[in-house]
Amino acid sequence: MDGIADMGGTEGWGPAHPPRGDEPVFEEAWQGRAFALTLLSEGASGYNVDAFRHALERLDRTAYLDDGYYGRWLNAAELMLTDTAILAPDAIDARARNLRGERVEEPPIPEPARPGHAPAAEGSLRTVDAAPAFATGERVRAKDMSPPGHTRLAGYVRGHTGVVALIQPAAVLPDTNAHFLGENPQYVYSVRFDSRELWGADAEPFTLTVELFESYLEEPA
Amino acid sequence: MTTGSTERIPPALRTEALEQLLTERGLIDPDTMDRIITTYETNVGPLNGAKVVARAWTDPEYRRWLLDDGTAAIRELGYVGRQAEHIVVVENTATTHNVVVCTLCSCYPWSVLGLPPSWYKDPAYRARMVREPRRVLSEMGLDLADDVRITVHDSSSEVRWLVLPERPAGTEGLTAEQLVPLVTRDAMVGVAKVKAP
Repeated sequence: MDGIADMGGTEGWGPAHPPRGDEPVFEEAWQGRAFALTLLSEGASGYNVDAFRHALERLDRTAYLDDGYYGRWLNAAELMLTDTAILAPDAIDARARNLRGERVEEPPIPEPARPGHAPAAEGSLRTVDAAPAFATGERVRAKDMSPPGHTRLAGYVRGHTGVVALIQPAAVLPDTNAHFLGENPQYVYSVRFDSRELWGADAEPFTLTVELFESYLEEPA
Repeated sequence: MTTGSTERIPPALRTEALEQLLTERGLIDPDTMDRIITTYETNVGPLNGAKVVARAWTDPEYRRWLLDDGTAAIRELGYVGRQAEHIVVVENTATTHNVVVCTLCSCYPWSVLGLPPSWYKDPAYRARMVREPRRVLSEMGLDLADDVRITVHDSSSEVRWLVLPERPAGTEGLTAEQLVPLVTRDAMVGVAKVKAP
């Protein structure tokens, strides 16, 4: 889907931040707890990593940005748990208000409805019988499409032509797996693009590679 | 986030609320939570990657293996786990510079570098590294000469990228153990170079 998460090439974010050598893993204690809670919520809700990423990209701009990376994870955890009716939509906020001394009624616990989803194997790598459709060195075009659901086809490469740099192992297709519509494993290609193909003749000269699933690619016209 | 109230509840309080709700229903185990946090605070971090790099700098055969099959060469040193199913290692030299980004989220090779630092997750980095990398690197303190060719790797699948930094001049006499502390996380993502002591 075309949402806040698809940031490649977008403008208005200001300068990049120089690295700090002394940065702790978690700046604040709640961030570590939100991190662990989100990993465990993915399991508790019967979701997979692709469904988790889709939860992240469905957040609105405020929920995605305002509390940083781990705030975003916390909000995605809430979405996974309310999607599957493990929690009622207002359960977290109601409990949070009670924790700070307000007296609000908490919503009743709903009847959970987890997706009936079982991975074919651990992780995302799979073997497929077919040979790769594209060869190393072959010119390929990223399809110019805008799927309504989850996809890992970044907006900034759509419609642009590059060259297959590496054929990566076959893997579960996020586009269907995120929606529990099957693993649909297929080859992944590291496709090399020239910066001027992506950003025009005045672009900084550089090369970019990005991993694209086989069904994202077509032969150039 | 879904209440009708316009007042935002701080994330720390919402995190505490979620932890309570899941714990009291037996859906999560607080000890498991603590183990996850401890793992990423103390055991899994850029020291793992630094050991891989130092080995490659001092063992030509390992270096060739690492560049040819990063996943297997890294697994050989015992670094396995989440976000490490397939790792590709690329080498920086005096004339070629690789740098890694994830524009769609913040995919990162956890098993060798730990969790990503704040600058990697920053929207400015995610948005601009694929559009004006030389300028972004300069803002981050790395000015590359005009004749250095830049390749940006946008990690959009489960493939993870690790940069093998250039070994700095003046370190020829150092052992792998002495080299490990020189290798920074930033250099293994490609936003810095390794400096001699």
